[in-house]
Amino acid sequence: MPWIDACAADDIEEEDLIRWDHGGKTYVIVHGVDGNFYCTAGLCTHEEVHLEDGLVMDYEVECPKHNALFDYRTGVAKREPACVNLQTFEVKREAGRIQVMVP
Amino acid sequence: MNTQVSITHRDYSLTGPESKRAVTTGLAAAEWYHTDVPRKVMKDLMKRRDGPPMRDTALWVALHILFAAGGIYFWGSWIAVPFWLAYGVLYGSACDSRWHECGHGTAFRTRWMNDVVYHIASFQVVRNPVNWRWSHVRHHTDTIIVGRDPEIAWMHPIKLGAKALAYVGILDVWGGVKTLIRNAAGQLSEDEKSYIPETAWPRAIFWARVHVAIYAATLLATLALLAGGAGWAAAIPFLLIGGPRIYGCWHMIMTGLLQHGGLAEDVLDHRLNSRTLYLNPISRWIYWNMNYHVEHHMFPMVPYYALPKLHETIKHDLPAPNTSIWDAYREMFAAVMRQRQEPGYALVKDLPPTAKPYQPHLHASVPERDA
Repeated sequence: MPWIDACAADDIEEEDLIRWDHGGKTYVIVHGVDGNFYCTAGLCTHEEVHLEDGLVMDYEVECPKHNALFDYRTGVAKREPACVNLQTFEVKREAGRIQVMVP
Repeated sequence: MNTQVSITHRDYSLTGPESKRAVTTGLAAAEWYHTDVPRKVMKDLMKRRDGPPMRDTALWVALHILFAAGGIYFWGSWIAVPFWLAYGVLYGSACDSRWHECGHGTAFRTRWMNDVVYHIASFQVVRNPVNWRWSHVRHHTDTIIVGRDPEIAWMHPIKLGAKALAYVGILDVWGGVKTLIRNAAGQLSEDEKSYIPETAWPRAIFWARVHVAIYAATLLATLALLAGGAGWAAAIPFLLIGGPRIYGCWHMIMTGLLQHGGLAEDVLDHRLNSRTLYLNPISRWIYWNMNYHVEHHMFPMVPYYALPKLHETIKHDLPAPNTSIWDAYREMFAAVMRQRQEPGYALVKDLPPTAKPYQPHLHASVPERDA
């Protein structure tokens, strides 16, 4: 899988996220509290609500509809109603750009 | 605007034909209308803090102790009565808003604090904490969608007698206790199974057993006091635990019935099925600002202490709030009485000129999709 250029690092404030669509799939790219960037599947595993309007707090992203929580570093579902983990994808920052390895 | 299916009796079960209809017509798990709010503003509104809920919870606990102590100290005198009435509201009404907000996980920033208050409040409100967490999830997915929403308070045809009885909580508590006993015996109803995932069933049974055990201990304490010759004082355990859900629930019912009463079923715009009203500060504290109900349903991640600010942010896009409990009841009661005569009627409030119009296409195309 090649690295795909997704956005500029400056596009995402720290402790926030943006939606990123690619190849017919939808993702979120998170600028974590540790300064690193992360990418997960865009839809909550509970009822497929998009996480783009969700809240990033510490190392978790919260679904805007039912408040399910996921660790955006690992995708692990940490609070019901989500019971299934989010898929995560490798991210690298290069020359001020965020690149993601997605299928 | 007629947004309703014109039928007199509707099947509100979650496994019947209305449920299937909601799924096939696209009303279940649908896209809902939201007012546009800039991301920066919404991020600020969603921010969690421990300070406001810790202050409110400390006050809530302290007032429980103060009023219970007063009720016991003045036992035998009429002076005890206002203490018990106040204790009843703190226990039997304020529990609902704490259950609700902590169930969403939005009250405290620290998660375990949400969980602790959620469990205490669930017990007070006589709700299985597992079942009701999931039922409320469904309520937010499918707000007032018949056959999908397990928390519809106003079912048609409306029985006004049952609604009046709700203010004294007896029917509700009887239903809640029966459910807890059934769950404690290891049984979940088909409706419960439809919205609680199987992995959560053992926890639902466990917590039901915990609740039933506490009620059983309360009953035993009452019987022991009676046997010990305590006379009327034997009622004190019941007045402290369980009883307030009957004699103190009136405020919860008074505010709760306003949330969706007289408004539309089967629509996908919270401005059509939810009500926002202005409340006095004491009621707002008891209710944790849930009078901003359209706002809460549109943006359930916003904690209760930020709802007034959210209201100011989006009120240009919402119907004018009712100005008081009285004003809201007058409006709701007129609509409810009309609904009793005119099945399918729902109150549609005027929108301000600054608002985006209602989005009837979201739900009005249902018959075509139904075909």
